[in-house]
Amino acid sequence: MYPASFNYLRASSVREAISMIGDNEDAKFIAGGHSLVPLMKLRLATPSTLVDIGRLTDLSYVREDGGQIAIGALTRHRDLEISPVLNAKAPIIAKVAGQVGDPSVRHKGTIGGSIAHGDGASDLPAAALALDAVFVAEGPSGRREIKSTDFHKGFLETALAPNEVLVEIRIPANIKSWSFQKFNRRAQDWAIVGVAAVKNGSTRVALINMGSTPLRAAGTESAIQSGASLKEAASQADLGLDPPGDLNATVEFRRHLAHVLVGRALEELG
Amino acid sequence: MKVSMTVNGKSVSRDVEPRTLLVHFIREDLALTGTNVGCDTSSCGACTVLINGESVKSCTTLAVQADGADVMTIEGMASEDGTLHPIQKAFQENHGLQCGFCTPGMVMASYSLIKENDHLDEKAVREGLEGNLCRCTGYHNIVKSVLAAASEMGA
Repeated sequence: MYPASFNYLRASSVREAISMIGDNEDAKFIAGGHSLVPLMKLRLATPSTLVDIGRLTDLSYVREDGGQIAIGALTRHRDLEISPVLNAKAPIIAKVAGQVGDPSVRHKGTIGGSIAHGDGASDLPAAALALDAVFVAEGPSGRREIKSTDFHKGFLETALAPNEVLVEIRIPANIKSWSFQKFNRRAQDWAIVGVAAVKNGSTRVALINMGSTPLRAAGTESAIQSGASLKEAASQADLGLDPPGDLNATVEFRRHLAHVLVGRALEELG
Repeated sequence: MKVSMTVNGKSVSRDVEPRTLLVHFIREDLALTGTNVGCDTSSCGACTVLINGESVKSCTTLAVQADGADVMTIEGMASEDGTLHPIQKAFQENHGLQCGFCTPGMVMASYSLIKENDHLDEKAVREGLEGNLCRCTGYHNIVKSVLAAASEMGA
């Protein structure tokens, strides 16, 4: 399946990428392309221009920065999976990245691409939410920080302007208590429902594929704050949410999975 | 747009539309038809090739993204004199193929998996090949082949 025709431009810096995209709202940045190219092949996305930022290797890094870890947006899933810094200081990201797609997909896909794509069924955006991550975006007037809780606006819609590039993901270091639960039928599939949870002072629980964006399980989080038992807190996992029903799972089954998986995650957090 | 890359050790250069997928570039422009198109949705792995030594699904990669890269397909695995690569030999000896459709992708994904892992066991091979589907469901002997190749190659 060929995508629809488009113009192709290759950027050699973030600045150049921003100027190449200009005010063309119909253009898209492409990094590894493993979220975008499948959509383009199905003609669900038909950008008029692709600006390739896949060669900006200076945006591929994982480094400690004070009490935080800074992850370059172009860092591939494979590099996250084997990163010594992440495995020591924030293993949840290494473990989640190691379960995205399959090894060949992980050789191309990037953390920035996954987050900027904004799919509620993706694993890494939910892990970023559970970590209370901050995203750094660069646009024509410089850099700005966007909280992960303010980032996802709707189905494949984010707070990024069309001419802004996600350049860095900042997460807290020294994450000791975490859990990642992914329920799917085949190893390489998207999660039918997934949970990323972190206890770092407070407990934050994020849900995968329980809505059109990655979501926090607000019901569970407030139940924990008010001293509920883990079982009671888990039963509030889908409170106020409107999960999708599709050929993989009915709405009721998704709600059930959210209760069970959040329960397992809270037990693992201890 | 002009793209140039090294494919199986040879420099190639062609003028392509930006929307050309790497798998079509390989099959149609270069006439290397060992790489198959299976699901065409990056699930089955029949189109797996190596880019700079790492397995990649060529149905989900644009040819322009591989501009300047070192690409290896199944045709590049055997030596010039026809001697099979240890992975190919292991698939032959362990009956690791039935209809053969998934085999080029399996071999290329296995190459990448063996290079990335010092110690492979059955579980690691099964997990490492999760992105490659065999429509004959002949996984048992595929896993056996990869373990045999890994031990031959010192992994």
